Amino acid sequence: MSITNEVLERNRESGRGTLVGYFPAGYPSKQDSIDSLVAMAENGCDILEIGVPYSDPVMDGLVIQHATEDAIANGFRLRDLFDIIKGVREKVDTPLLVMSYWNPVLSYGVERFSEDLAAAGAQGMITPDLIPDEAKDWIAQSDKHGLDRVFLVAPSSSDARVENNSQSSKGFVYSVSTMGITGERTELDRLARSVVSRVKSLGTTPTCVGVGISTADQVREVNSYADGAIVGTAFVKAYQQGGLEALVAKTKELAGGLG
Amino acid sequence: MQTNLRSQAGPYFGEFGGRFVAEPLIAALDELEATYLAAKADPSFQLELAELHKNYTGRPSIITEAPRFAREFGDMRIFLKREDLNHTGSHKINNVMGQALLAKRMGKKRIIAETGAGQHGVASATAAAYFGLDCVVYMGEVDTERQALNVARMKLLGAQVIPVTTGSRTLKDAINEALRDWVANVDSTHYLLGTVAGPHPFPTMVRDFHSIIGIEAREQMLALTGRLPDAIAACIGGGSNAIGIFHPFLDDQDVALWGFEAAGDGIDTPKHAATLSRGRPGVLHGARSYMLQDEDGQTMESHSISAGLDYPGVGPEHSWLKDLGRANYFGISDAEAMEAMRLLSRTEGIIPAIETAHALAGMKHLATVLPAGAHILVNLSGRGDKDMETAGRYFGLLGDK
Repeated sequence: MSITNEVLERNRESGRGTLVGYFPAGYPSKQDSIDSLVAMAENGCDILEIGVPYSDPVMDGLVIQHATEDAIANGFRLRDLFDIIKGVREKVDTPLLVMSYWNPVLSYGVERFSEDLAAAGAQGMITPDLIPDEAKDWIAQSDKHGLDRVFLVAPSSSDARVENNSQSSKGFVYSVSTMGITGERTELDRLARSVVSRVKSLGTTPTCVGVGISTADQVREVNSYADGAIVGTAFVKAYQQGGLEALVAKTKELAGGLG
Repeated sequence: MQTNLRSQAGPYFGEFGGRFVAEPLIAALDELEATYLAAKADPSFQLELAELHKNYTGRPSIITEAPRFAREFGDMRIFLKREDLNHTGSHKINNVMGQALLAKRMGKKRIIAETGAGQHGVASATAAAYFGLDCVVYMGEVDTERQALNVARMKLLGAQVIPVTTGSRTLKDAINEALRDWVANVDSTHYLLGTVAGPHPFPTMVRDFHSIIGIEAREQMLALTGRLPDAIAACIGGGSNAIGIFHPFLDDQDVALWGFEAAGDGIDTPKHAATLSRGRPGVLHGARSYMLQDEDGQTMESHSISAGLDYPGVGPEHSWLKDLGRANYFGISDAEAMEAMRLLSRTEGIIPAIETAHALAGMKHLATVLPAGAHILVNLSGRGDKDMETAGRYFGLLGDK
């Protein structure tokens, strides 16, 4: 069992619930992203998600698109990711997952990327545009290096795919709350409950819900039926509006939705 | 060399192709594939499409020999497959009518499309008008400027054109935006992808809809000259017109296949769109294929005077044909393409699209590699009316403005 699983299980048993917080690597600079992720961990995020800036982020809304474009414009290079992971790891032991579109990983080399992730102290990776059907190399390498691998399930996924993607995942499986890209939604889709209940009925893989979560009420609501709530856009937006201070306030506010 | 190259049905072409997309889109791709396979096997679908092509598209397109143009390059015969004479002015309509019929079969009332030069957007807007569907076209802001006439055409046809302002603001980013729309509206919407790139089943399905170009041309060339051509030439961006004319000839080993890519300022400069000549394999827009990328796997911006070829990726079947050595790919600069555009206009009275002019410029290279007296079939994929603004400025034909 990975430490990601241990955190999810402990928080479920205590009734607290789990907050997963996303922030882009290298945004707006290497050191700023380290400081932001550390602050998120120290103020209530139970699991950290480090986004890898990518030129064609088709699952992301404008807020994250602009932030990751800025990171690249400010000189982010893929090798910086591992320094950022180490920098966070020196300060906090919060489970840490990388979220990356597939081409940067493919270009770096799946084996080398997996080795370097493990060596830097990350727990694993979320792959938004890699389905288990295409993930033979990543499945082998993540097994070899003891890394979590988080695939997605969606409201549109067939029962067979929900089962396969859940069972192929390690750490947790990412339930996409709604059909759409990242960003804030005023109302969380009833589809979120439905996809989570399908994951739960099929097996023991924990699942966290992401896409569209931005308020403490939504964090609380999601944790009433899933193992965790994933928040990205709301954190990035807070940082854009008020820097580290606003990010800390947003983290405390959303963690306040937990039990 | 492997025979039976024509039988590839996806999702993979050797190590290329696949479905590298987010899970929420998989159900839609499965539905599309199932619908397409059922339609392909259904004679009533084939009949309906054939009738549309006959009475609406204007198929079969003719072959025109271009002797005065050919003379400029030496001892060769050049035959033009006139896709420019199709309704809407390019080959794009072949695929659009097929996919619009599939959208109807799936009960989808809205189609979305990406467009670079605007030809695919115009064809999609046309099909939407014809079939009574809502239509949204995503187009890079840069392209809305250099192809303003096509924007007006799409609007007149009743489509909504959304300029894309993210990234490089060209075709690549228009595809990103269409994918984002699709994932949010997949129940009501069919993504009418306009080239042989993208996740399975698009590369095989779009190829099949365009292979009518090569099927007709093969018969026409046999009837006209009594033999198959020595070489076939097409321009290549995403690769739809090229695969359409290549595919029926894949197993004719004596027919050389030549794809001419956009080399922009020059193949050895940083400003080009020569994906197959200068790229390396990676994943872009849902498929593994050659692409232009930096050492971190970030997609690089492509550059071409031709909006339709200004794309840093290419269809996976072309990557496979390149690695097999079955097809050859060669870069043509902006300047060479524009010169070929003027030359065909002056010698034959046919104004080609700037995209197509890349294939025509390739004749200079083919003259050096083919034997004397060679027969060359060129896919004249589109007409140049849409490019008059660019050509007018390039050649200084517009006077003071």
